[in-house]
Amino acid sequence: MEITLDIDKCCGAGQCVLAAPEVFDQREDDGVVILLDADPPQDQLDAVREAAAICPAAVIGVRE
Amino acid sequence: MSDPTPGRFRPGSGSGASPRRASGRAPSTQPGSVVIVGASAAGLSVAEGLRRGGYAGRVTLIGEEQHLPYDRPPLSKQLLADGWDGDRVLLRSPEQIVELDLDLRVGQRAVGLNTDTRQVTLSEGEQVGYDTLVVATGVSARRLRGTEGLTGVHVLRTLEDALAFRETLRERARLVIVGSGFVGAEAAAVARQLGVEVTMVTDVTTPLADALGTELGAMLTEVHREHGVRLETGVLVDTVLAENGRATGVRLADGRNIKADSVLVGIGAVPSTDWLAGSGVPTGNGVECDATLYAGSGVWAAGDVACWRHPRTGTLTRIEHRTNAAEQGLHVARNILAGRDGAQPFDPVPYVWSDQYDLKFQIYGNTRGAERVDIVQGSIAERKLVALYSSGGRVCGAVGVNMPRATRGYRTHIAENAAIAPLLTIGSPA
Repeated sequence: MEITLDIDKCCGAGQCVLAAPEVFDQREDDGVVILLDADPPQDQLDAVREAAAICPAAVIGVRE
Repeated sequence: MSDPTPGRFRPGSGSGASPRRASGRAPSTQPGSVVIVGASAAGLSVAEGLRRGGYAGRVTLIGEEQHLPYDRPPLSKQLLADGWDGDRVLLRSPEQIVELDLDLRVGQRAVGLNTDTRQVTLSEGEQVGYDTLVVATGVSARRLRGTEGLTGVHVLRTLEDALAFRETLRERARLVIVGSGFVGAEAAAVARQLGVEVTMVTDVTTPLADALGTELGAMLTEVHREHGVRLETGVLVDTVLAENGRATGVRLADGRNIKADSVLVGIGAVPSTDWLAGSGVPTGNGVECDATLYAGSGVWAAGDVACWRHPRTGTLTRIEHRTNAAEQGLHVARNILAGRDGAQPFDPVPYVWSDQYDLKFQIYGNTRGAERVDIVQGSIAERKLVALYSSGGRVCGAVGVNMPRATRGYRTHIAENAAIAPLLTIGSPA
């Protein structure tokens, strides 16, 4: 699984953290997304895809 | 043109079942074809949700605008302030759209619906049949009467609106903004940063006090004043003044004139339901749906246009926020695949954000009409805080200013409608 982030678009919603807390976090000061695991195990795929789908700023890209 | 090609990549096809039309092997609850009218965040989200859920039937996505699905929040933010080009606001790359294997019709408007024959009529006269229909036609910006055809009068809804307004900001020295909602406030911030003289006219006494409460509304008003925005509050705009077809300012209801080179109108939006007239689909303030977002006769709704019976309050509710559009779109997709009997009610924690100057607002839940507001972290003076909104001793919303991560921590309490009292004692500044 390959995850790409377009950081400049991030609005700090944190929806990705809610969907996939083992893969994403937020910076404390501005809320911008942090990638905790650039190559997460396959069992995280659904959660990561959910995060990509609900991200309100279309920041997250996923390739299987 | 839309039949799935065997073996072609499609999200969801890796689960073991090969993609095929629902007519044969798919569970009997799944429709043979889905037509989604509206190709913005909500409509795209329905399409993605269907494919991710393993749906292999025909999905038609119809969009009025001549663009691939794009995002609207940046239109009053980065597109104006940072000079993003149009491609930057696309919700998905052209390759990602192809992978969804859609029958994509952009630049085509739905003008009619027949729920008996299950057909949508497009502006060119073509009829598109469906088993299941999703209405995701959004809203259109409300305009001031008598401003049709006037140069220099803007709204901010579409990409073209935003590009035209951006040109105005570059060329025009004085701007009047009518309305003080999020769109107007964000545009004011961008315009001031570009050196444009800004007067904001609003009929309320404190901008955004309805959404944020009087204390935070007053703080935000002060921030705009510090940045040089002239505010005319508690007054209506009577008319837009014009010479030779070009706006020259506005006349207020109290008789005063304010000169301007351009006018931005940000006075809300109306649901785009005209095309449903006579179809039997219930419309009022949007498409009226049950708690599962179902409107009857094989029709669902998602996004700004959907007015659903909220499972907690029992009232018809419509939300014009970006996050809601995506969440409702995914929810409708899941409900379509689950069938009417398996459909779940839509019970969200609404979320919206706003960027103004160096302030980042994060708003969770329902803040409007809350009985009390408590600042539980930070302070107004620091312009860095978390405020909790409550009614009847229960948390109903949270607003963060420049504390996005901390604010998100309260989302669970809102979802649980938790008691406010314990949160007031533990919420000392970090």
